[in-house]
Amino acid sequence: MAILEVEHICKSFERTEVLKDISFSLEEGQVLSIIGSSGSGKTTLLRCLNFLERPDSGVIRVCQETLFDSNNPASMQESEIRKKRLHFGLVFQSFNLFPQYTALENVMLAKELLAKEQADYKSRKKEIHEEIRILAEELLSQMGLADRMNNYPHQLSGGQCQRVAIARALALKPDILCFDEPTSALDPELTGEVLRVMKELAEQKTTMIIVTHEMAFARDVASHVIFMDDGYILEQGTPKQVFEHSHEERTKQFLSRFTQG
Amino acid sequence: MKLMLEQMPIVIQSLNVGFLQTLKLFAVTLLGAVPLGLVIAFGSMSRFRPLGYVTKIIVWIIRGTPLMIQLLIIYYFPGLVLGKPIWGGGETGRFLAASFSFIFNYACYFSEIYRGGIQSVPVGQEEAGLVLGMTRSQIFFKVTLLQMIKRIVPPMSNEIITLVKDTSLARIIALQEIIWAGQAFMKGSQGISGAIWPMFFTAVYYLIFSGILTVLLGRLEKKLDYFR
Repeated sequence: MAILEVEHICKSFERTEVLKDISFSLEEGQVLSIIGSSGSGKTTLLRCLNFLERPDSGVIRVCQETLFDSNNPASMQESEIRKKRLHFGLVFQSFNLFPQYTALENVMLAKELLAKEQADYKSRKKEIHEEIRILAEELLSQMGLADRMNNYPHQLSGGQCQRVAIARALALKPDILCFDEPTSALDPELTGEVLRVMKELAEQKTTMIIVTHEMAFARDVASHVIFMDDGYILEQGTPKQVFEHSHEERTKQFLSRFTQG
Repeated sequence: MKLMLEQMPIVIQSLNVGFLQTLKLFAVTLLGAVPLGLVIAFGSMSRFRPLGYVTKIIVWIIRGTPLMIQLLIIYYFPGLVLGKPIWGGGETGRFLAASFSFIFNYACYFSEIYRGGIQSVPVGQEEAGLVLGMTRSQIFFKVTLLQMIKRIVPPMSNEIITLVKDTSLARIIALQEIIWAGQAFMKGSQGISGAIWPMFFTAVYYLIFSGILTVLLGRLEKKLDYFR
């Protein structure tokens, strides 16, 4: 059963159509890679899923629950959106860590704020805080940052920052973790360490959507690949289908540098 | 010189009283203008256009005219033109009018500093908060605010030091602050007249006070140095 269903999403900015009738679905535990040239709409698609942009039309369903339906205005209320966002996690290209908090605090903050909404928060305050801290420490250790927990973002390398950001997103246990070009701001060496962590997550059957320019990574780790061009999904399928047996001339052209190299 | 030493205790006493009034005006202005500035900043950034325009025009008028004129208009206009002296007479009335003018004037300057501070925090910070399910007010207080404070401390320090000296403008409506107290000995007061040195002496008060503030604000700036 599909964990995510996206149907007929369209999105325009002013007069530019950025997304044109986007539909796809994703099974639980799968990794979807979205590839394509810059400006093809990949990032906007991710931002729509995370409610940072509002699609002009279409439907988004997670676990059979309709999160967004352009025909149903009630699905677009601000207070509702906040809860719906929690189905998704998002890792940004530019990390966007909170600079005034340590790595550990970055991972804990949102979870702690959410815990305050729990009914039993006041009576179990200490316990809850402790649970969150242990979870955050585990996540950071899993990211290979056990010795960096109390560092501030400016004391960390780009690769370390991105791994903190991944831990921060995982802390809220999203159904689907999205990555928006997570390694585009990193040099090749640091890219490697972030990709390694993402590969581990894939092996643990974390459902992920990864917008990336790392073609080798998309081919080797993804279970499903979407090629976007000019706001359309031009091609989708298994990595083998897209990378080796693409039908579209545009896909072949885009991949030519990679497949030859 | 000997005469000056004899007059010194009287003068110091009088200047101290004046300086207390200066300090009061300074403190009240800060307490009022710091929060009011934030309100004006949000007003000028409002997505509701008319509110944005109105706020911007007010800020333009307040920043575009001398504080001294504003003091005169605010203090004298209601009584002399409208026939309704809302401030009342005496020192209390003058202090109220001065406080009102200073708070409003400084809030407008602060609002522009705040606006710069808020807008200089990258939009990615807010987006990261939103994606993590935080409410807009949680994002403001837990994420954006401290980053904004860090960025505005240097320009705010500048304004605050300026405020120390600007309080002397309240002399124009005869508020009995330190300049007024010093000037009194030129005209004649408590048996001393034609003495200009008490006036010069007021400068020492300003200098020491702004020195203390510079150190304190410098410490605050250092304290926020732990992140970038």
